[in-house]
Amino acid sequence: MALIEIKDLHARVGEREILKGIDLTVNPGEVHAIMGPNGSGKSTLAQVLAGRELYQVTGGGVIYMGKDLLAMAPEDRAREGIFLAFQYPVEIPGVSNMYFLKAALNTTRRHQGLPELDAMDFLNLVREKMKLMDMEQTLLNRSVNTGFSGGEKKRNEIFQMAVLEPRLAILDETDSGLDIDALRIVAGGVNALRGPERSMIVVTHYQRLLNYIVPDFVHVLSEGRIVKSGGKELALQLEESGYAGLGIEDEEEAVGKA
Amino acid sequence: MTAVAEQIGQWLEAFTKQPKAEPWIQELREAAFRRFTELGFPTTHDEEWRFTNVARVVGQGHALPSLPDALPIPPPEAQAYLAKHADFQKNAFVALNTAFLNGIHFTRVPSGKVVQQPIEVSYIGRQGMALPHRTLIVVGANAHCTIVETYKGAGSYFTNAVTEIVVGDSAVVDHYKIQEESREAFHIATMQATLGRSANFTSHSISIGGALVRNDANVTLSEGTEATLNGLYIVNGKQHVDNHTQIDHAKPHGTSHEVYKGILDGKASAVFNGRIIVRKDAQKTDSKQTNKNLVLSDDAVIDTKPELQILADDVRCTHGATIGQLDAEALFYLQSRGIGKSQARDVLTYAFAQDIIDRVKVPALKDHLEKVLFEKFHERTE
Repeated sequence: MALIEIKDLHARVGEREILKGIDLTVNPGEVHAIMGPNGSGKSTLAQVLAGRELYQVTGGGVIYMGKDLLAMAPEDRAREGIFLAFQYPVEIPGVSNMYFLKAALNTTRRHQGLPELDAMDFLNLVREKMKLMDMEQTLLNRSVNTGFSGGEKKRNEIFQMAVLEPRLAILDETDSGLDIDALRIVAGGVNALRGPERSMIVVTHYQRLLNYIVPDFVHVLSEGRIVKSGGKELALQLEESGYAGLGIEDEEEAVGKA
Repeated sequence: MTAVAEQIGQWLEAFTKQPKAEPWIQELREAAFRRFTELGFPTTHDEEWRFTNVARVVGQGHALPSLPDALPIPPPEAQAYLAKHADFQKNAFVALNTAFLNGIHFTRVPSGKVVQQPIEVSYIGRQGMALPHRTLIVVGANAHCTIVETYKGAGSYFTNAVTEIVVGDSAVVDHYKIQEESREAFHIATMQATLGRSANFTSHSISIGGALVRNDANVTLSEGTEATLNGLYIVNGKQHVDNHTQIDHAKPHGTSHEVYKGILDGKASAVFNGRIIVRKDAQKTDSKQTNKNLVLSDDAVIDTKPELQILADDVRCTHGATIGQLDAEALFYLQSRGIGKSQARDVLTYAFAQDIIDRVKVPALKDHLEKVLFEKFHERTE
């Protein structure tokens, strides 16, 4: 059975229609890359799947583990194993990373009928995962993402993912703003989490990330629709010919020329 | 107008029935009562009371306690300080409090003494009572102390409190005022701190209870004095809290930092009026004021106003005020990690108040406040 089945999904923000009929099926263990120029709807898709209220779903549906995903609150989606690694992780002054992560993990464990972790077990788990991401332990006592560098924020996202062990991880432009060393660490963290029961949707503008996180499938999104799907070689083809090679206008490049 | 005259009439009766005190106290009472009758209770036409209508406070007919208060009457050594700092010429409630001067809480910290344990001043309100609480703290030069003033009670009553704090040169004083009055209580209070040269004074004002609350917190700085004013007010239902602060830089090289934060929910209302005076002589003053408000409902109202009177030319004064809601992005971020919406709201609301609570240096008090806040935000979203 498919882990997630997206059918003819339409979504808008305000009056602007962004997703114009997305179809995508992800089976357990598969890694799907969604590529596309800026403004194509990649991030919108990621946010809609996580339940951001800003976007209004106007048509189509999403079945996740046999359930109607769109009827679920964002927190219930997370408890059922959906994890969104944010493109722009949010700074929350006054809430410690430790408190935040412990609350998140235990609420999810409760939901799954598992016992909550006590302070000691939690700390052991967290230490192990921090090592994986090459993170300083002091980050735990700091407020969530507050004053973190861009790289630290992205690492913190993957670190949270490692602790929460989702069934479906959605990575939204996780490579943006990372230098090559940080990218290697982040990709290493992601790859360590790959497994037969865990699926991923990796949203990215550039092919670069896919050298490190090799996808099983690549989809190209343009103007709210998937216009081309293929294997990992499609990403390489895009690298060579650009989006223009597929007849897609890249807003960012167009803006760059203006 | 007649209603107000009637109110004063009630107090006149109480005043004349009051047993006479020692001459110096009796003189103070009479001067203050005279001034009170001249001033009358303020109305919303008074700029200082524009957003706080005291008609419902004075219309309740609360009675003064008939038994003498358990606190001792002021000793002769208090004479040099009592009513010399909190000015009853300008404020009718200070005048009223002074007119009914009786037992007071008086603490004197000798010069050079370091008092480790917090000095606790606790006032309890009782149903139907008008309570003219009076506190006088005199701290000698180079002394260190912490004062924790708490207000609690049950039922409907009227707390009319005046606190005078006199801080000697180079002394270090931390003052906490924890206002947790009953939800039917009226609380009108003035804290006046007069600070010596190079003294370091911190005021923490936490206002949680009460139906109608007015806190006046006034500090007067001397040369090289450092004053910090931290404030937190949390209101919901139909609560009203009005914080008026005045920081008077009377002499050069003074520093003042003020941060007041408010959390408003339901149909509550709050006022923040932060006056900073920099006198002509007070060159090299460094003053910073911040007021931040978190408004959780559509019906809550906040009026915030800085009031800068700067007469010196070589000074640095900054001020800023914000009014905002819970950050939708942060809320979604927490939810996207499995934290329920109501818990996420609690967490963010608590986080807003966190830095003020973090500045509380008395561990037991900090624990208490953390618990009270946690329960408060929890109950709100249940």
